[in-house]
Amino acid sequence: MNIDSIQNGFVIDHIPAGRGMKLYELLGLESLDCSIALIKNVGSRKMGKKDIIKIDEAISIDFDIIGFISPEVTVNIIRDGVIVEKKSMALPKVLTGVIRCKNPRCITSCEQELVQKFKLTDPEGHVYRCVYCETKANYDN
Amino acid sequence: MRSLIDILDFSAEEVNALIDDAKDMIAHPEKYSEICKGKKLATLFFEPSTRTRLSFEAAMLELGGSVIGFSDAQNSSSSKGESVSDTAKVISCYADIIAMRHPREGAPLVAANAASIPVINAGDGGHNHPTQTLADLLTISREKGRLNDFTIGFCGDLKFGRTVHSLISALTRYEGIRVVLISPEELALPGYIKKDVIEKNGMICTQTTDLEAVMSELDVLYMTRVQKERFFNEEDYLRLKDSYILTPQKLKNAKSDLCIMHPLPRVNEISVAIDDDPRACYFKQVLNGKHVRKALIVKLLKEAGAI
Ligand SMILES: [Zn+2]
Repeated sequence: MNIDSIQNGFVIDHIPAGRGMKLYELLGLESLDCSIALIKNVGSRKMGKKDIIKIDEAISIDFDIIGFISPEVTVNIIRDGVIVEKKSMALPKVLTGVIRCKNPRCITSCEQELVQKFKLTDPEGHVYRCVYCETKANYDN
Repeated sequence: MRSLIDILDFSAEEVNALIDDAKDMIAHPEKYSEICKGKKLATLFFEPSTRTRLSFEAAMLELGGSVIGFSDAQNSSSSKGESVSDTAKVISCYADIIAMRHPREGAPLVAANAASIPVINAGDGGHNHPTQTLADLLTISREKGRLNDFTIGFCGDLKFGRTVHSLISALTRYEGIRVVLISPEELALPGYIKKDVIEKNGMICTQTTDLEAVMSELDVLYMTRVQKERFFNEEDYLRLKDSYILTPQKLKNAKSDLCIMHPLPRVNEISVAIDDDPRACYFKQVLNGKHVRKALIVKLLKEAGAI
């Protein structure tokens, strides 16, 4: 599958090599029936190596998740075989319902129905902290 | 609805105003003796802390209000599996303000998000304890006559000591504070607090393992308890627990107006021989804690339109 083969969907490009799989998980792509390609370690002039995800369906996407994985990522939105929009990403200020707090003493670890919420506390260091207990989290969680 | 979960929820101006209010309550208690008449404080203590609970309850009684609540989780609905949110909503129907202590970090924030009345965090695990910090600030302000331009030494367990982390955060908002960190390497201040709080705010900070060597520089000495449960093994605890005990001998070179603080309870970090020294301020801290909680209760009830 290459970009030309996608009629309606997304090409998520410039994912730092190694984070493609994590992004695939966080976007919940394993539950979809459409064609999806996760391409790892593609050569890139800008990044050395990168990952790419192609999705051949106009699903709804939480762009905060992509920005959280890396603000370097670009998303090409494809409709009727042509790129209608090239979106660049940014680190979201707040991340809701995406990752779980790993602190066993956190209230969210015993009250499972609480919405997991993280705030960007250090944009340079790409650091998020749980709003409840301030435990650090990043895309490796 | 305004609550106090983290000391930084309040601006520096609000904290200063609260300290001024507390001082006025100390000077003129009669002015405030009926200000909370007919109002109820609910003390929801999901883990026991008699000292903090009684401080809140005494504060409310001195304001003419009354108190309801429970003092450990066994006596509460949480033992039947009720969520913190539901407890907060239920208590909102009975009381006008909540003081909550909970072993889980973030539980008071969950309560504040659900409650329709103000919530005061009275300690959430090893995380926050903002009214202790307010008590510390009031104590320094009363003893030194200012909250800027002084050198404060933090001694003992700086790794797990939440009162230390919280007071350092609060002090970043004042000018001319010099921080001296005194601890064994095993219990040093966490790197992220040094980086995110001290360095980011350009505070002057030095680090040492030798209390006596820095004693003469200090205007305030904040002692902490080295807790046994913080250690993975008994040997480390036994080796370190006595390293940072304050004795009259160690105070030999201290300033004559040094202010010695401790969040209490102490085990043996401060020799009882120091209790009669005019520089010992840790029991004054307890009293200041009650006064600043009075000021806080009044502030939050006023903002909520309840008084
Ligand atoms: Zn958490």
